[in-house]
Amino acid sequence: MDVHEYQAKEILASHGVEVPPGTVAFSPDQAVYAATELGGSHWVVKAQIHAGARGKAGGVKLCRTYHEVQQAARDLLGKRLVTSQTGPEGKPVQRVYVEVADPFEREIYLGYVLDRKLERVRVIASKHGGMDIEEIAKNTPDELLQVIVEPAVGLQPFQARELAFQLGLNIKQVSRAVKTIMGAYRAFRDNDATMLEINPLVVTKDDKVLALDAKMSFDDNALFRRHNIVDMNDPSQSDPREAQASEHSLNYIGLDGEIGCIVNGAGLAMATMDMIKHAGGNPANFLDVGGGASPERVATAFRLVLSDRRVKVVLVNIFAGINRCDWVAQGVVDAVRAEKIEGVPLVVRLAGTNVEAGKKIIAESGIPIIQADTLAEAAEKAVAAYQGAK
Amino acid sequence: MSILIDEKTPILVQGITGDKGSFHTKEMIDYGSNVVAGVTPGKGGKTHHGVPVFNTVREAVRETGAQASITFVAPAFCADAIMEAADAGVRLICSITDGIPAQDMMRVKRYFLRFPKDRRPMLVGPNCAGIISPGKAMLGIMPGHIYKQGAVGLISRSGTLGYEAASQLKALGIGISTSVGIGGDPINGSSFLDHLVLFDKDPETQAVLIIGEIGGPQEAEASAWIKENFSKPVIGFVAGLTAPKGRRMGHAGAIISATGDSAAEKTEIMKSYGLTVAPSPAEFGSTVAKVLQSA
Repeated sequence: MDVHEYQAKEILASHGVEVPPGTVAFSPDQAVYAATELGGSHWVVKAQIHAGARGKAGGVKLCRTYHEVQQAARDLLGKRLVTSQTGPEGKPVQRVYVEVADPFEREIYLGYVLDRKLERVRVIASKHGGMDIEEIAKNTPDELLQVIVEPAVGLQPFQARELAFQLGLNIKQVSRAVKTIMGAYRAFRDNDATMLEINPLVVTKDDKVLALDAKMSFDDNALFRRHNIVDMNDPSQSDPREAQASEHSLNYIGLDGEIGCIVNGAGLAMATMDMIKHAGGNPANFLDVGGGASPERVATAFRLVLSDRRVKVVLVNIFAGINRCDWVAQGVVDAVRAEKIEGVPLVVRLAGTNVEAGKKIIAESGIPIIQADTLAEAAEKAVAAYQGAK
Repeated sequence: MSILIDEKTPILVQGITGDKGSFHTKEMIDYGSNVVAGVTPGKGGKTHHGVPVFNTVREAVRETGAQASITFVAPAFCADAIMEAADAGVRLICSITDGIPAQDMMRVKRYFLRFPKDRRPMLVGPNCAGIISPGKAMLGIMPGHIYKQGAVGLISRSGTLGYEAASQLKALGIGISTSVGIGGDPINGSSFLDHLVLFDKDPETQAVLIIGEIGGPQEAEASAWIKENFSKPVIGFVAGLTAPKGRRMGHAGAIISATGDSAAEKTEIMKSYGLTVAPSPAEFGSTVAKVLQSA
């Protein structure tokens, strides 16, 4: 799960990381009020979306007057912001963050990630903040600093100190940077984050160390114990189809093809999409109904897939392990009857436990369902049905 | 022979009295697995499916000599259950549970380092379908009847894609020595490599099929090792060619976030290290058959 910049900063600030004073606003008037309350003479108005590269896309505006703050908020709110990370459809801007803009001397990169290979938290820092980490890694790979955290004891102050000195900070800045590096680590650990990026971390003329931008992602598997994070969820930032799916705890990812997929198991779902591509078609979605695909879940999946207007054919691929094909087949038949699926060809491939009984139920249902025995046949028939329907 | 388990392996089930634990315990017993004990804190002294139930893993191991365990424990408590089994001396732990927080798994893996290498437990999973040595024993949740006993080793991150492969092989009359599901989480117990080492030493296994997916370094690591060390033919496949970048495809670990994570890159890496790559997920069976014929 992702959160907005202002939410990430709230979390960081509660762990002792210094951030510039700022307030979230939902309207231009609120933005102006925020600026007056914050004080100062310069502000930045930042679009709050779950994606980076906002600056280059015009999502961050520097303002010198209240009028400019109002104008900036008006320009951003209610629009969809397209950045290099959002895809062509962009993300809706429903909140802006108004922040005091003070001049700074240096920009540093500070990141934390759960490293899959090391199975440890890795802290990454660079003197060259302000650009994205891929760029930093490409331009100045030798200057990338890293610390690996030993999980049994956590990040130690000496490690933070070493990093701070290697970043070329003076002694006054070092003690503040250590507080930041340690605090951000605790924010990461205590909230089950999988990624935390402070970019840039800036150093001001009076030796302050401030998190100017912040990005955090959290482990979905740990949300059951992170209610504070769940409360920060902003469904407007997800594909509406995906938001609907997650309400029914279905794993769904919207794509832009025409063949809707309903599959049990994540690996088989990916393989089914691959097969569709292989057969010359394009999958409309990834959808895993789970190992024990009950008839109710199959029905919900149908509703979800069919709500996508791009879908011209539906392919159901169920390998019954724990569940039984006859049970799934009945679920498919019931769903088709209930949803009155017309004009959308349906290809069903069943395999595994009780496959013959399942096929019989489908064949005798009187519904024009195209049956397939193998994965290849299913994909080919789905693509052929799409070409026929076109 | 087979790897990891056979019909004699004494098995204990953690969470035996829960719905899932109970259902699959019966399935495992029916398949021929030697289930000797169950553990559910607070239910010690009872029996379930004819199996004695204990309050702690330590007690179960002491009383029954169980050597392998399978966990049907809720995600919030599963890391604890795995460490409990490890501490009680269980050497093979198979975790079916889907949804364990990554930081919990990080702690589990760190905890395992307290055991010297030769006594370190083997963890299979979590978020996997388990292990089956067809015709002998099952320590998992798979449908046993789709596996034919034979000479191909199978390692898969995905459960259902492993089923797909097993049934394609069976349809061509090809059997499996052992099938291991290593699971779909970003931090998991054992890797392709850990099981390849075992398959290398297993005289019955003539070839190995490894089925990976997007995300993580395990397929590349295994491929490099195979080139240098593995004496038998290996067939590979990586699912997720059509998966978009930065999206989690069902499995917590199936996400393209770094260089080398995509299916196309991993497929190229496999090829460059001499693996035979199945052209599509519909051709697991035929590709293995071809490799076996030419071997």
